[in-house]
Amino acid sequence: MSEVALPSTKKTSRSIWRVIALLVVVGLVLALALQLRARNATQPTSGAAPDFILKVYSGYDGGSGKPEIRLADLRGQVVFVNFWASWCVPCRDEQPALEKVWRQYRDKGVVFVGVDYVDTEPAALKYLAEFGVSYPNGPDLGTKISPKYHIQGVPESFLVDRQGNIVLFKIAPINAAELVTALDHALAK
Amino acid sequence: MQDARCKSQVTGHRSLDAWWAIALLVGVIASLLVIGVVAAQGGTVTDDQVNAIAKRLNCPVCENVPLDVCETQACVQWRDLIRQKLAAGEKPEQIINYFQTTYGDRVLQEPPRQGFTGLVWILPFVGLVAGMAILVVVLRRMTARPAPVQLETAPSESADEYRERLERELKELG
Repeated sequence: MSEVALPSTKKTSRSIWRVIALLVVVGLVLALALQLRARNATQPTSGAAPDFILKVYSGYDGGSGKPEIRLADLRGQVVFVNFWASWCVPCRDEQPALEKVWRQYRDKGVVFVGVDYVDTEPAALKYLAEFGVSYPNGPDLGTKISPKYHIQGVPESFLVDRQGNIVLFKIAPINAAELVTALDHALAK
Repeated sequence: MQDARCKSQVTGHRSLDAWWAIALLVGVIASLLVIGVVAAQGGTVTDDQVNAIAKRLNCPVCENVPLDVCETQACVQWRDLIRQKLAAGEKPEQIINYFQTTYGDRVLQEPPRQGFTGLVWILPFVGLVAGMAILVVVLRRMTARPAPVQLETAPSESADEYRERLERELKELG
C-alpha cells in the first residue's frame, strides 16, 4: 500500500499560517482585555500622580509667566489638581472656596492647578473671570490628562504631596475646611 | 425776469433731483456694504447649519450621543461655539478639525481613517475575508472525494493459470 505524503514545504506553510492566525487571535484578545481594563480603571487614590503638561489659558499662568505647567516640575511643592468645567453646576459651588484657600496658601509651597475638562474656551474664560480665579488654569487639550486620572466627571480633585504622590482624592465638590486640613497635613509631612 | 426765475426753478429742480439720486446711490451702497459685512460675519447662522456640523460630533459627557440631539449644558455650549465659529466665517471642516484637535478623536462620530483607529475600518473587512477563506477551506475539505488509493495487488492471472498453480502447489504439499 502506497503512503500519500504531503510535501514538506506545504506542511511548513500550513504551520506558519496556523501560528499567524493564533498570534492574531491572541493579539485581539489582549487588546480587548487591555481596553476593558482601561475602561474599568478607577481614579488613583495613592501612589505616583500621573505626569501631565497643561497649556494654560492666556492670563491664567498663576504669575509664573510660563505658557505650560508640567506636574513633574512642581516636585517639592504640594499640588492641588482640580478638574472642572464651566458647564458643571457643582463646580460653581466649590469655586469660591478653592480661590479663597489658594490665596491663603499660595506663598506656603502650595500650587493649585485647574484642568478644564471638555469645555469651550469662551465659556471657560467667562467662568474664570466671574469667580476671579487667579491660580493656573488651562484646557485638557485633546482630552489627554483626564484619562490618566480616570475621572468620571467634574468636579474631581487630587492632592499631590511634595514627593509626587497622591494623598487625597475627592470626587465631589471639596469645601474649604476639608481642603485646608488636607493641605496642612501634606505640608507637615 | 420771469424767464430767469423759471430757469432758476428748473436748475433748482435738477439740482434737487441730483441730490436725491446721490442720496439714493449712497443708501444703496451703504445697504450693500452692511449686507456684505453681515454675510461675511455669517450673521444669519441657522440651527440647521449648526446641527449639520454638530451631528458629526459626539456629546463630550455622554456615551455615543450625537451633539445635535444632546441637551446637556456642555452640548449647548459646544453648539454655541459652532455657531460662533460659523458666524466668524469658518468652514465646517475647519470647525470639525478644531474640535478634534481640542478634544481628541473621541469627539468624532466617525472615527478617523488613519492611525490606530483606522483599524476600526479595516478589521471588519479583514475578518470578513478571513472568515470566507476559512469557510472555503472547510467546505472544500468536506466535499472533496477521497483520493483513489492504489492497492498493491498481485499481477492478474487468469482462472486457468490460477487453477494450474493451485493444483501444482497441492501436489507439492501432498
